[in-house]
Amino acid sequence: MTWWRRLLHRDRMEEQLDRELRYHLDQYAADLIARGETPTEARRRAQIEFGGAEQIKEDCRDARGTRWAEDFALDLRYSLRALRQNPGFAAVAVFTLALGVGATTVMATLVHSVLLKPLPYAQPDRLVAVHGFETTWNVALFGDENISNPDFRDLQRQARSLDLTGWVFDNGTLSEPGDAEYVTEFDAAANMFSVFGVSPAFGRAFLPEEDRPGGAPVAILGYSFWQRRFAGNPSVLGTSVVLDTRRYTIVGIAPAQFEPRGVEAEVYTPLGQNTQPYLLKRGPHPVTAVARLAPGATLSQARSELAILGRRLAAQYPDTDKDRSFIADRLAPDVSDVRSTLWLLFGAVTLVLLITCADLASLLLARAVSREPEFAMRVALGAGRGRLVRQCLTESAVLAVAGGLLGVALAAIGIKPFVAAWPGALPRADEVSLDWRVLGFAISMSLASGLFFGLAPALRAPSSRLEQAIRAGGRTITGASRRLHGAFVACEMALAVVLLVSAGMLGDTLLRLSTVRPGLDLHNVVTARTALSPAILSDPAKTRVTWDDLLDRARHLPGVEAAAMVDTVPMRNGDNPLGYWTAPPAPPENQMPLALATSVSPDYLQVMRIPLVRGRFFDAHDTLNSEPVIAIDEVMAEHAFGKQDPVGKQIWSQLGPKPVRIAGVVGHVRYYGLANDDKTQVRDQAQVRDQLYYPFSQLPDGFVRRWSELMSIAVRTRINPLAIVEPLRGQFRAVSRDQVLYEVRTMEQLASATIEPQRFLLLLFSVFAALALFLATIGNYGVLAYLTRQRVPEIGVRIALGATAGSVTRLILRQSLTTVGIGLAFGTAAALAAARILANTVDGMAPVEPLTVALMIAVLTAAALVASLIPARRAARTDPMQALRR
Amino acid sequence: MPPKSDLPQGTLDLLILKVAALGPVHGYAIAQRLQQVSKDVVQVPQGSLYPALHRLENRGLLAADWKQTESGREAKFYHLTRKGRAALESETESWERLAEAVGLILRMSEAGAE
Repeated sequence: MTWWRRLLHRDRMEEQLDRELRYHLDQYAADLIARGETPTEARRRAQIEFGGAEQIKEDCRDARGTRWAEDFALDLRYSLRALRQNPGFAAVAVFTLALGVGATTVMATLVHSVLLKPLPYAQPDRLVAVHGFETTWNVALFGDENISNPDFRDLQRQARSLDLTGWVFDNGTLSEPGDAEYVTEFDAAANMFSVFGVSPAFGRAFLPEEDRPGGAPVAILGYSFWQRRFAGNPSVLGTSVVLDTRRYTIVGIAPAQFEPRGVEAEVYTPLGQNTQPYLLKRGPHPVTAVARLAPGATLSQARSELAILGRRLAAQYPDTDKDRSFIADRLAPDVSDVRSTLWLLFGAVTLVLLITCADLASLLLARAVSREPEFAMRVALGAGRGRLVRQCLTESAVLAVAGGLLGVALAAIGIKPFVAAWPGALPRADEVSLDWRVLGFAISMSLASGLFFGLAPALRAPSSRLEQAIRAGGRTITGASRRLHGAFVACEMALAVVLLVSAGMLGDTLLRLSTVRPGLDLHNVVTARTALSPAILSDPAKTRVTWDDLLDRARHLPGVEAAAMVDTVPMRNGDNPLGYWTAPPAPPENQMPLALATSVSPDYLQVMRIPLVRGRFFDAHDTLNSEPVIAIDEVMAEHAFGKQDPVGKQIWSQLGPKPVRIAGVVGHVRYYGLANDDKTQVRDQAQVRDQLYYPFSQLPDGFVRRWSELMSIAVRTRINPLAIVEPLRGQFRAVSRDQVLYEVRTMEQLASATIEPQRFLLLLFSVFAALALFLATIGNYGVLAYLTRQRVPEIGVRIALGATAGSVTRLILRQSLTTVGIGLAFGTAAALAAARILANTVDGMAPVEPLTVALMIAVLTAAALVASLIPARRAARTDPMQALRR
Repeated sequence: MPPKSDLPQGTLDLLILKVAALGPVHGYAIAQRLQQVSKDVVQVPQGSLYPALHRLENRGLLAADWKQTESGREAKFYHLTRKGRAALESETESWERLAEAVGLILRMSEAGAE
């Protein structure tokens, strides 16, 4: 019989055991009778020689090998009964743990799904990102360098250790079927899906013969776009779309959630068919390349091969490729911007979990101490020490598992709303799901914390001092136990200080950010990206006229004060840093000072209400035929010219080979958002603080098309700015039916979005801090109430000897506040360390305000006082006679 | 009655297996037979017989059925399994080797003393 069957048929086993032993006794007695004993004497002797039947049965049960499971079932039943007797304790313990585990599970899921999980492609560890490398390329500012299209094709053809694919990020206007829409487009090599190891959801991938100049015009739709625009209807295969005036036949639908390098394209077209000049030259490098290592090839082999191919290209095309080489790295998700935030939140949540555990531990300990007499009684009745420890652990394990399961349930409910509430786009958001690894982590974590924190009380199970324990009747409490309780309370307090001070600092930061002056008037301005008709864009002169016409139409809409065009809108994604120099020759590219260049129309200053400090801004006289001019901001003026007046000076920039004249100086704008403009707080791209403006009207014809594709319109209104969006859209359509406005945002929305991460963190930290405050207060109250109750006889004696109610209250309060004080001291030190982490992680973080720390400590002290006052008052009202009789 | 010696550790299992090897037998009969065969020299505490039987059954060395005895009562009869027979053989062999070795040592120590 297998052991689980023995376990299952426990009753039958018992009955058989009983019959077997009885047979032995009966048979022995019968033999004795046969030898002449009297029946009574025979039975007596048989029983004596046989020994204690119950003891033998116990030994037989042990031999069965199912003993631990039976004991466990017994412990489990007993634990449940014990917890039911004390539902308040059980509820607080389970719920507390559930909150801690739930929050930790959510963050662990995010950390796992976003940062740790391998990419969702076949054999993701064989995928590598291939990029260009030039010493003059500013990686810190622009990220990894891409590859020029001819270089990409050469590498693709020649590499043996790599199966290379690539795509160019592009945009276009999809004008048929239905309303015109501006779409994200990948010009993709034919082998894109196969290299990633995915296959189209419907239809097919591009064929190699389509990936060439003059190939059949075919397109693949992105999965989300197909769902949204074509309601996921597979019959669109074989029909056609018009993209930038060209008609493409739809041959496939990309797989769902296919987001190479974090972007899901809406339409794919074959890269080889695109013959725009920038794709034929080796200078520009627009191709993002990814490769799969050939079977058997290693990353280092691929690297050496790329190095050889790079040297060959450099020798062949010295003009463009002389200083260029190619590198390969393992393909990793692009999550750099949320990495630190996720870890920060994970840390905060871990603090909450620790508080939860300390809370649970102090509750369990208090309970165990109060059950000492019960345990002593059980020892007296024959329970082994190991057995008692196991019983205690079973009880805390039951609590832990219940809390863990509830916590996981909370996490399962909470994770989707949490991801949805994440400010901006969380990378890999649709890969976020609770999976068995995280669930296993959560359950084992709660079980481990239950067992670990149940261990302290379990080991208190009495052994040697059995007699004293029974006699004391739980009346005394040793110093060691009191210190252990104090340690738990102090820990909770310290952790709570960290969370409260962090939340307070974030609050300070937001307050400060909401009062910073952004350098422009955010109120009543709306901006929108635009897509002019592809037919108009093909002719620079027509494009210039159309822009003037559109701005004029916008200006004359009712409620509009001013309208302007601008390529990069402040506080929105996207910027255009350009190197500049004030005297020839040009310094090396990676040593040039950089300025954010913005191409605008003359009314831009009025629309944004950016102050003109000196000189003039642009006007209708700045044309292709007049001297090129720019305007710079105060920061750049001081940076480039110091105390000199920059107006009228010449300046060189990467805009063109000739110098331009500085016409005026304008105010500085917090381009990267409210939080990211402090000199001490600059990180990543925000290091570019110099700003310059140049007129769109002086742009050479060759640039007009590309710039127009990037242009946005900005309108200042006297009324609610969103009210003019539809009339404005109408004007765009009136000029040409395939012209689109998209990404409509008011400046207030954009500004607010820039501090959304801080607001989100503040919200979370406030919740954590409130939770910590609540848990610490409960823990403090529970421990103190319990300790005070244990001291009732002692307090009775004190009162009988003449202690007043006031002195008893003070006694209890002093005991509590000493513990709290120690916790606060450690907590403050830890909070200062946490503040440094916050300052390094969160943009625009305010420095630690002593006032905030003081305020938070005051809040905690007050909470601790309230928590201690109730037990203290109760102690003071002790009736000495009753106390002594107890 | 001469004082009986206790069974050396681990030999009870071996003896039980040996008795069961002779054919299906119930617990009481095993006790009786052990007593008879060892001519009352070895004390088999009846209390430890049953846990040992159950242990051997769980280890799969013995199997048991409920059968009628001559007296018409139902009793639990144990018999040796194939695994049990193998265990008995190897245990017997190692016991004999051990006994021989111990005997050798004992004789040698007397010779050395002379």
